[in-house]
Amino acid sequence: MLRRFGQATVLLALILVQLPAIVISFLALLGTFALGMVFLYPPHVRLVRRLAEDTRRRVGAWTDIEIASPYLPKPPPPRPQADGMYRHDRTLYKTPRIPAWSDRWKWMLSDPATWRDGLWLLLDPLLKLLLLPVLVTMPARGLRLYGFWCEVLLSATRASRLAGQVSHLNRVRNLTVDSQAAEMRRIERDLHDGTQARLVAIGMTLGAVEELVEKDPAAARALLAKARAASADTLTELRRVIRGIHPPVLAERGLADAVRALALDSALRVTVDVDLPHRPEPPVEAAVYFAVSELLSNAARHSDARVATVDISGDGSYLRVTVTDDGMGGAEPGKGSGLLGIERRLAAFDGVLAISSPPGGPTTVHMELPRVLPEHWAGTLPKLPRWKAITVAVCWGTAWCPLFPQGLVAGVFKMVGAENKSWFLALYLPGPWQWPFILGMISLGIAMYVLASVIPNQYDRRHRLAWATSSPTGCGR
Amino acid sequence: MGHLIADGMRPVKRVLIAEDLYLLRDGLVHLLQAHGFTVVAAVESGPELLKGLVELRPDVSIVDVRLPPTFTDEGLQAALAARAQVPGLPILVLSQHVEQLYARELLADGSGAIGYLLKDRVFNAEQFVDAVHRVAEGGTAMDPEVIAKLLASNARHEPLTALTPREREVLEAMAEGRSNAAISQRLYLSESAVAKHTAGIFAKLGLAPSDDDNRRVLAVLAYLNSR
Repeated sequence: MLRRFGQATVLLALILVQLPAIVISFLALLGTFALGMVFLYPPHVRLVRRLAEDTRRRVGAWTDIEIASPYLPKPPPPRPQADGMYRHDRTLYKTPRIPAWSDRWKWMLSDPATWRDGLWLLLDPLLKLLLLPVLVTMPARGLRLYGFWCEVLLSATRASRLAGQVSHLNRVRNLTVDSQAAEMRRIERDLHDGTQARLVAIGMTLGAVEELVEKDPAAARALLAKARAASADTLTELRRVIRGIHPPVLAERGLADAVRALALDSALRVTVDVDLPHRPEPPVEAAVYFAVSELLSNAARHSDARVATVDISGDGSYLRVTVTDDGMGGAEPGKGSGLLGIERRLAAFDGVLAISSPPGGPTTVHMELPRVLPEHWAGTLPKLPRWKAITVAVCWGTAWCPLFPQGLVAGVFKMVGAENKSWFLALYLPGPWQWPFILGMISLGIAMYVLASVIPNQYDRRHRLAWATSSPTGCGR
Repeated sequence: MGHLIADGMRPVKRVLIAEDLYLLRDGLVHLLQAHGFTVVAAVESGPELLKGLVELRPDVSIVDVRLPPTFTDEGLQAALAARAQVPGLPILVLSQHVEQLYARELLADGSGAIGYLLKDRVFNAEQFVDAVHRVAEGGTAMDPEVIAKLLASNARHEPLTALTPREREVLEAMAEGRSNAAISQRLYLSESAVAKHTAGIFAKLGLAPSDDDNRRVLAVLAYLNSR
């Protein structure tokens, strides 16, 4: 309670900072737009953003209202043209300083968050004064109200959230394209230096055989044996290249058996546990396969491990992979091992990798690929319990009967006073019971419809909630 | 079985070939015919293969792992299914790549008469035909690469590290499915020396010795696969 009072006091005291900031901002804006002193604008934006960020952090820490930064991503540094010059609109510059400055200026000016921040700063002291009675009497409630107010102007807009996602996807796409290009180059090199060169050698040997076959059959035969050996080598080489592109077992059997095959080939004792009802998409399979392959070979090569476990499971639309070994630990992503490559591969699927590798081991690597498995997989959406499903089906199927013929239509017949009783049960009852029966039927029908829609809805909501809390959002970057 | 005697003292064997590439299929047919086999069928897809295996019960079948219609492991699945129906049906599986996983599945029933070779082994006609005969007669023919992988993944484990280099060579040859006579030829050893080495290996690995070549090979493979 006392702490709440303290926090409320801090909020109020901040007015003393905000008032001069408002004056400075006003002067800066005046200077910028009235007098053309454009250099005043960036410091002003930085100042306002600083205050806003502080408040976001504070509100997050003091209340349960999380406010993510809404700012559009920074513009990338300007890139030189082929002639080494930097272009900005129709002007060329020798150094990137001015284009970078104008990019930044445009970025600040065009971001709606800048203007919302300004509005917030202007109104904030006023609002705090309005909230003063609440802050003093019920500081906890007051802080929450203040949080709601801040959320209105300081939180991310749809546009900025989308912009954040777009820039994230852009980055991921570039990474993916880069690593794919590197992969292609590697394959090209392998084929060029290995397979192609060997085939040339075989061709030359066969040419020599052709010349020798009549003059010196014995030498020709020796050369033929050589050519055959070379062709076997070429095949071996080619197999290695193919394995690097897309391992045959993966194509033939899918992820589970491919990882089992990896485990068998590994020098470690590897236990594999795969719990997936179906095969994931081929690109996902390949990414996971190569990641596991890299991790197992790292464990065997660098960490002196003897035993390893691989655990692959689906959790909702998430694919989770855990690789553990009993080696000496000390693995770090930055150390130039294959971990960086794995991260890059996983990035294409928004996947993340977490390592726990204390010196002395054991090393555990968790990988998580969000939203790569179809939601409808059995086991992912834990199905409605059978009795609930049956209830829903029965309700949907039969609710019409009490509601319409036995309820509403019977009511109409009763009101009109029709002679024909048809199959309306109510009309066969003694007079005083007829209306209560009809009303009862109508409410029964409505209740059944409500039940039938509420059960799955509620279930969905609970499930969605669990899903939302476990999925990181893509904004705020 | 066969009614003619060809290729030395061996009875003529009926072969089924399953391979989707025309050139290779044709090559195999010619190769085997030239070595005194009778080719009873040459098929090119998984369903045809399974039907042929079960209905014709060839003395030995040569089966490619990847076959139409799915081009995955159709051939392997057909071979396993056929052997489940007809235990011990001799099948030699050919593939562009060898996997311990597949070798294990083929060996799992422990009844022998199984082969698993890289397609490249066809280059050496003599050895390949020898492997076909071995499988037809109830033996095994494992690709050296499978054995190398098996040994490599077992390399750090106890009893194997105790073997002498010579014993390892003998073990490798034995695991490929060769008889004592063949091992002695390949390693330039006398047959009695090979027998001594095999006895040593069996003692070190803690396996019960056996005089029967095939059973011995299966014991070794089962041992290597048992981790």
